[in-house]
Amino acid sequence: MFGTRKTSRFRIAFKTAVVLACLALVLSACGDDEDSAAPEAGTETTAPATTVAPEEMGEEVLVMEHLGDGSLGTVEVEPGEAVQIRSLNAITGDVAFFGLPIERSVVLAIADYGQVHGFDVDMGTGLDDLCSNDGGQAAAQIIVADEDVVGVIGTSCSGAATAAAPLITDAGMVLISGGNTSPALTSDLAGTPGPNYSYGYYRTAHNDLFQGRVMAEFVFNELGITTAAAIHDGDPYTQGLAKAFTDAFAALGGDVTGFSAVNKEDTDMVPVLTEIAAGSPGALFFPIFQPAGDFIAEQAPGVSGLEGTVLLAADGLLNTSYLALSQTEGMYFSGPDTRFGQNVNASTGKSAQDFLAAYESEYGEGPAAPFWAHGYDATTMLLDAITAASYVSEDGSLMVDRQGVRQYLDNVRNYQGLIGVIGCDDFGDCGSGKITVVHHASSDDPEASMGNVVYSGGGN
Amino acid sequence: MANNWAPKTKVDWFLTVLRVLALGVVTVGLLAFIAQQISVDNPFARLINPDATGLTVAQFRGLVISGLSQGAMYGLIALGYSMVYGVLGFINFAHGEVFMVGAMTGMITSNKLDDAGLWESNFIGSLLFIVVVSMLVCTLTAVIMERVAYRPLRKAPRLIPLITSIGISFFIQNTSVVLLGPTSKAYPDMPDWLTAKRTFLEIEGTKILVICVAALAMLGLWLLVERTKTGKAMRAVAEDQEIAGLMGVNVNRTIVKVFAVGGAMAGVAGILWGVLFRSVIHYTGFLPGIKAFSSAVVGGIGNLGGSMAGGLFIGLAESTGPLLILEPLGVSGVSQLRDAVAFAMLIGVLLLKPSGLFGERLSAEDRA
Amino acid sequence: MTTTAGLLIRRVPAAWRRVVRIGALGALGQVFISLSGMPVRLDVREIVVPILSLGYLVVLAAPLVVGVLLGRRPEHSGFLANPPSNRDLVIGATTGGLMAGGGLSILALLLAGFDLRDPLINWSPQLLEFLSFGRGTGAGFIVWLVIGAGLGMVGGTLRLATSRTQKVIMTMALTVVAAAILESLVVDLVEGVKLEALVEWMYAPRGGVTLLGAAVLAIVSGVLSFVGQGRIKTVQARVQAMEGPKRTRVNLTLIAGVGVVMILLPLLVGKLTNELLANVGLFVLLALGLNVVVGLAGILDLGYVAFFAVGSYSTAVLTAATSPRIAPELPWFVALILVIFIAILVGLFIGAPVIRMRGDYLAIVTLGFGEIIRLLFLSDWLSGWFGGSQGITAIDGVDVFGLLTVDGTNPRRVFYLVLFFCAIAIYISWRLERSRLGRAWMAVREDEPVAEAMGINTVNVKLMAFVVGAVLGSFGGAIFVAKVGSVFPTSFLILVSIIILVVVIFGGMGNIFGVIAGAVVLIGVLGGPKQPGLLVEFSEFKLLIYGALLVWMMLARPEGLIPSARRSRELHQEEFLQDAWLRGEIDTDESNDPQTAGPTQTTDSDGGP
Repeated sequence: MFGTRKTSRFRIAFKTAVVLACLALVLSACGDDEDSAAPEAGTETTAPATTVAPEEMGEEVLVMEHLGDGSLGTVEVEPGEAVQIRSLNAITGDVAFFGLPIERSVVLAIADYGQVHGFDVDMGTGLDDLCSNDGGQAAAQIIVADEDVVGVIGTSCSGAATAAAPLITDAGMVLISGGNTSPALTSDLAGTPGPNYSYGYYRTAHNDLFQGRVMAEFVFNELGITTAAAIHDGDPYTQGLAKAFTDAFAALGGDVTGFSAVNKEDTDMVPVLTEIAAGSPGALFFPIFQPAGDFIAEQAPGVSGLEGTVLLAADGLLNTSYLALSQTEGMYFSGPDTRFGQNVNASTGKSAQDFLAAYESEYGEGPAAPFWAHGYDATTMLLDAITAASYVSEDGSLMVDRQGVRQYLDNVRNYQGLIGVIGCDDFGDCGSGKITVVHHASSDDPEASMGNVVYSGGGN
Repeated sequence: MANNWAPKTKVDWFLTVLRVLALGVVTVGLLAFIAQQISVDNPFARLINPDATGLTVAQFRGLVISGLSQGAMYGLIALGYSMVYGVLGFINFAHGEVFMVGAMTGMITSNKLDDAGLWESNFIGSLLFIVVVSMLVCTLTAVIMERVAYRPLRKAPRLIPLITSIGISFFIQNTSVVLLGPTSKAYPDMPDWLTAKRTFLEIEGTKILVICVAALAMLGLWLLVERTKTGKAMRAVAEDQEIAGLMGVNVNRTIVKVFAVGGAMAGVAGILWGVLFRSVIHYTGFLPGIKAFSSAVVGGIGNLGGSMAGGLFIGLAESTGPLLILEPLGVSGVSQLRDAVAFAMLIGVLLLKPSGLFGERLSAEDRA
Repeated sequence: MTTTAGLLIRRVPAAWRRVVRIGALGALGQVFISLSGMPVRLDVREIVVPILSLGYLVVLAAPLVVGVLLGRRPEHSGFLANPPSNRDLVIGATTGGLMAGGGLSILALLLAGFDLRDPLINWSPQLLEFLSFGRGTGAGFIVWLVIGAGLGMVGGTLRLATSRTQKVIMTMALTVVAAAILESLVVDLVEGVKLEALVEWMYAPRGGVTLLGAAVLAIVSGVLSFVGQGRIKTVQARVQAMEGPKRTRVNLTLIAGVGVVMILLPLLVGKLTNELLANVGLFVLLALGLNVVVGLAGILDLGYVAFFAVGSYSTAVLTAATSPRIAPELPWFVALILVIFIAILVGLFIGAPVIRMRGDYLAIVTLGFGEIIRLLFLSDWLSGWFGGSQGITAIDGVDVFGLLTVDGTNPRRVFYLVLFFCAIAIYISWRLERSRLGRAWMAVREDEPVAEAMGINTVNVKLMAFVVGAVLGSFGGAIFVAKVGSVFPTSFLILVSIIILVVVIFGGMGNIFGVIAGAVVLIGVLGGPKQPGLLVEFSEFKLLIYGALLVWMMLARPEGLIPSARRSRELHQEEFLQDAWLRGEIDTDESNDPQTAGPTQTTDSDGGP
């Protein structure tokens, strides 16, 4: 008896709690509305000032010309404070080698750029996208919680951008990536936006479709090979690139004999290579990373049926430690055009050599992955956009018009960056899209091979 | 229960269906493979997989050899699981990490030797040296593990030491991350004469080395367990700790020895891994560890010969299974599923023969 | 106490051996922590500005712990040894602390003299600078010795104080540290109620408690602890002594109170805290599900992530317009009904083959199932259904009766959604625990053959545990998908299973409140597999700590933070018997425990569903 009575009381309690929770859900709608209305109300008070100002006070020096109509709100930076931007890249775990150079390039770009209308620029603590959608979202929440942030440089991984871009762009900020390459984030280059495109997202990295196409053209046209296969490692990047390659190769009239995958932690590649060898492809493209890439190069010669197959890889393996393996001799690698040569960033006046020297002296090592230049250009582009979309108000504060930042980035054409000429298309693809293929001649001199360009293509 | 397959309840019915399905898939896959080997245009093969290509003899041999060398390693690690399970009746989940510690130790030592120039000038000596160092470090790791984490829990409910060992596994893995970094690290180059293909059956020297060393280690272990006094004590403790104690066997010391021997085997396996793949990362021990455990179960836990055979079975299964069974069935990208195949093998064996292929050797209370 | 000279001599070395052993372990621990990179990485997080950062806190803890341990009366095979004299105790503790500190002194010397950066990535100049306070190696060498000895002495002396004083001091220290760790939460909350002025003086501009803040906090908490001690206990005892309706009323009030707080809290705090709350809630949900399997039925399921994955993917496929092959684009709530069915089927499918296996085989096989399911979602083979490595993206949030949408852009709504499902999960677990099925689970957990002999259909009972666990896990998955808006196979690594397991075990297997507390503490402070907690700086060391925590919990407190009374009796059966035997009261021990008396004795009169 005792037990049952207690139980029923508890049931009532829980039912009450559940009802309360339901109520709260409904309530939260009101609460949220108030909440989201608040900053808009704030912007409305400042917005007229920005739009009206140029007309009414036309000649007054206090309000400068700036881009933007204030529709996304305005960030006010008080005198003595700094303009807030953020870095959101993969900086821990086994992908840190990829995101860390981008984060550092943001730091160096801010230092090179100097002030915006007399205000310092602050990157805050570098945030980590953990190379995953949930990690990207969690970090994006941290960013959007700070309403002073104007723009974000990131993410490194496309998967993270999938979840982070909606949040960041929804908050009126812009997200400029130096590392994302997935077509889903921008467009298919034929005018159809990708499923994950959100307005306010830009990138200086190339679209995978460029790289897949260039590699396919090189294999089909230059090497004259008509059969090819591809292997990826289950990573969205490698799968997307491998797919882009085989699609482009088939479109050129080539024969795709196999498309398979390994797992990142696999070591024994004989089964997958045997699977591929069954189709006797003339070329094998595996745009994956180390260490799995090492095993494929080392074990491929031993698999019967792959003796004459040309091995191809992409930027994920284009580094000195991989090229130092003797079995990688004779391979071809595609990747973003890293012949920066005398390219000079139009905003800071620095060249790639200057950057590398600064990087070396600051961090005691060279950048481990090639996307540092993309991060650098993305940062200077963002700072240019902030400069163009801001003015100093009467009380000495810097007013940054969020919509103006986007307006500036939308209209970037022929911007000279380290990576070459940058221009943004309608869906945020700003990168030059220049892809090169290098030939690896000798494992004794990896450095030379990295610059041994045998083909280049892509680009707008 | 193994022989009692007559379905009684709904669950039994379901399991019977599952067993039939599992056997069916394997049979149809194998038949389709044989069909496509006879001729790729065979209507049966075409029906099941329109893109069937078939394998050449050389390719098939390559698969088998790579499966065997990988399997030999699983077998060596499995010995540790099997011995501990036989004696203490619990899975030392962290044993795979001992193997990783061995591979890491080998990496560090061999790179230091390489820096000193000894690796090239005296390869055999260096190799022996790193094997000894790795065995020592692994033995120490295993013994410390036993002392710190398992001895206090010897009388606790069964799942408690298992959960502890999961914690230890996690801890050792991440210790490697924070101390040595999260990226993969390479062994120095092996000499050409070792990596070159031998004329004999066209097998790489490294794979021959791995299989031979595994066989030697197995032989040594067998001698130890069956022919020495220590081995006798181990068997006695495995049979019944209490009675063994009454008979004058030092139970604690014997258990420590079991861990030590298992650790040493894992150390050897770690070096073999380094020789074969030349690359080691913090998760190197995790999946191989679980697969080694699967090998021990498949071969019949507590049964040392069975562990080795189970290792070879799992190694072969994951190497050839995708291409022999799944690919002929028309599954695409089969190599991605090799871990899935290994685990499916474990589940299949436990469904069909819960005591493993070669029978368990456990004390009465553990057999429950 | 009469001891002969011989005994004395024999005992002294034993005591010293203990000092040396614990001191050496402390030193090893110190060196390990230093080389793991923790101090340098955590140095940026301030605890008390400007004197203490989190980095220094983690290294200073070791000598203190050594001192406290040495202050404890040594135990010899279950019996407490005679306490050493106060003087000996302090000397011992100081020596132990000195050794622990000496570990760092020696490390500093080695750092200055050798370069081992090749294998050890944290063998860095930054570490040397940290250890030498930027003042040269010699200074560091001496300072650590002094600090070690000092802290060891403090730790040892602490033991000499009365237990009341000890508690007051502990409370003071913990309050200051907690205030620093919870800073963002506190600030956010205080801003929500527009009382910023209250904490402005307490926190430094760049984070951390100010000296003034620390002093005030310490004094206030110390006074409260001094005055409040005993009172809480009395209240607790009084509540526990209450019978029938009275006790129920108190419980009702408590639950209603917590409910109201949980409902009001999100309105007062900002996005970031709401995101944190939502993540914690998600893990509460998952942990409650695993708790049914592990805690109640005693089945160690290491592949729990499979149910989370199945819930996520089936929700994604059913709701998203972008899912590759089938896109019915159902509303989330409609999809949820189907998801529950799918989860039940998967629970049965995974459960049936493993149910008769030995407990430890079952663990590995479920782990295998977890991996198989992830690999299938990842595979190119099934990418036509699940998107393979490209996952499924652009998934809409939850549409609540056309009124509002719950998605990742609004963590507050996500939290309410999570809260709603947590309430359901708590209710389900709570009801089940007291039902016939729940008692059957516990019987199976305690002794399966006996349970079977008692007429319990163990197979069906265990399958039910899998099914309930699967359904709760799929709730988590469904919410996760709505929250993140995309789903990739990388979210479902074995790691997730293990972290949920740690949460359940840390909190207390089999205890709903324990599990909730475990999730709040671990996920809230340290963070989940991909979710940052309050101590963002810890993210690199999170997994290391989870592993260590799991081992330590199993060794020291297998019943968890908030134990379930019955479970802890199972775990400590021997000690219970031993203690009772020592006290000569083997029979009277059990009936005194009011918590267990109710449910166990009313077992069969209760009826159940």
